[in-house]
Amino acid sequence: MNTPVVVLENVSKHYKDLTALSAINLELAQGEVLGLFGHNGAGKTTMMKLILGVIAADVGDVTVMGVKPNDKSAWHMRAKMGYLPENVMFYEQLTGLEVLSYFARLKGQSQTHAKALLEQVGIAHAMKRAVKTYSKGMRQRLGLAQAFLGEPKLLLLDEPTVGLDPSATAEFYQSVDQLKTQGTSVVLCSHVLPGVEQHIDRAMIISGGKTLALGTIAELRAQANLPIKIKPQGLNGALTNDALLTPYLDASGSLQVPAQEKLRILRHLLADDSLSDINLESANLEQVYQYYLAQAADNKTAQMTTNSTTEHSKAGA
Amino acid sequence: MREIITVANKEFHDGLRNRWLISITLIFAVLSVGLTYFGAAASGTVGMTSLSTTIASLASLAVFLIPLIALLLSYDSFVGEQEGGTLLLLLTYPLSKNQLLLGKFFGQGGIIALATLLGFGASALLLFMQHNDVAILQTFAYFIISATLLGLSFTAIAYIISLVVSEKSKAAGVALLTWFFFALVFDLALLALLVGTDSGLSQTTLTQLMMLNPADIFRLVNLAGLDSSDVNGALAVAINANLTQVQLLAILFAWVMAPLAIASVIFKHKKL
Repeated sequence: MNTPVVVLENVSKHYKDLTALSAINLELAQGEVLGLFGHNGAGKTTMMKLILGVIAADVGDVTVMGVKPNDKSAWHMRAKMGYLPENVMFYEQLTGLEVLSYFARLKGQSQTHAKALLEQVGIAHAMKRAVKTYSKGMRQRLGLAQAFLGEPKLLLLDEPTVGLDPSATAEFYQSVDQLKTQGTSVVLCSHVLPGVEQHIDRAMIISGGKTLALGTIAELRAQANLPIKIKPQGLNGALTNDALLTPYLDASGSLQVPAQEKLRILRHLLADDSLSDINLESANLEQVYQYYLAQAADNKTAQMTTNSTTEHSKAGA
Repeated sequence: MREIITVANKEFHDGLRNRWLISITLIFAVLSVGLTYFGAAASGTVGMTSLSTTIASLASLAVFLIPLIALLLSYDSFVGEQEGGTLLLLLTYPLSKNQLLLGKFFGQGGIIALATLLGFGASALLLFMQHNDVAILQTFAYFIISATLLGLSFTAIAYIISLVVSEKSKAAGVALLTWFFFALVFDLALLALLVGTDSGLSQTTLTQLMMLNPADIFRLVNLAGLDSSDVNGALAVAINANLTQVQLLAILFAWVMAPLAIASVIFKHKKL
């Protein structure tokens, strides 16, 4: 689709001696939903702030909707961006409607628009109450309504589902899907959460400011080459005796089968008449995420070992 | 401009909601009406005191109160929003840092200005109705204008504190120290200089030094026109200096603009 909404080219950002981001490359297309995953301090928020233009990159270029976001000319673009910060405390003594109307006016929107959004996120019944009486979920909904102000072309959401109950989470993802069909690009920043994978087009996993993986979930899964979990039922203990199956058997009585072996094992299992049921589970996002993190950690240890060996040999010499 | 008005409107309504306007107005009104009627109680009589005594006592009380109130009203303006995360959010909006700063200044400054006008204006009207003397209105007009400028000056100083400091509690502490310095320490130091130096400071030097403190300028504006019998301390010396009230007001105005400009520069370079 057209020109990408967000382009990060070789972007790095340092805070004093801390490297928050290094050599990040990313293109976000119109209507694309990107899941940005990483643990605390991985650089997710820094990346959002760069895209928002609140901070400037030390190295590399950030382009949002064709302009540099921290430039003066980016003024009008800002009205087309929605941002939900993590843990924002809205003005406690104001009512929900007052808070949202304030932000709406700053974006050049009307109070009617604000009311409609409160309706959409499901807190219209409480809009005349002070925010200090709101529960965590209601505050989060208010924050989402704030991010949705002015039908943004780009949404940056930091931990959007924190504090939401399952039905509210489902509603939230529905809104995301709807915005996506309207051509809004979304960056969903999150710890890995169950249920997020159906709603994102691509995932980006970062750690220590570096990109560990970037691609569709299918691509990441294939790249990680994680085994598929097959849980057969019935079989009368044939699992433990079958020489073909025992190598894949894990402690819980399931088979962890590499993707390329999947069909062969399945055929073998299906040939057994005593098989009563079979369950297939490919690696979920959580496992893919853990895999990439572990791999990064391994690389680091490997590097450190190499370093220390060189030092040892030096000391020996 | 729309952005500035939106922010100013919000800040002004916050001031109304938190009862700032009503409390400051009440404090000023009680203070000024009380001093107008009972200022002479110390000398054994109750009743209207002379205009110059009233203004002299009002000025010496207001010089402590107004900076304190302005600092209290504004010290958490930025650091509070920073702690809550709304400062970061606001800056992602189509709203420049200067617009945010000015909006807050107009909103909170509006509270101070209105409270000063209503509070002190009340006793000006009372006095005027009793005496029917235009001089009363004129003297009070200078008083109210200078009191407003003094309040605005400390509002701007409070913004500097709020932008430099990273925690709300620290900002409160720094604000208190700032008040202590300008309201008390500065004058004591001046007095010490005056008494301690053998040759004595020249009147001009002393007056120039006083221009470094908005609270002293406020005192000078209001005491310059009065009988010096109502005035004592270092001020009495400076009072005969040849600065007009309008010039003094202009310098006081500079004490509003300069901290505001400094706050703007600090905000521009602030890391979020």
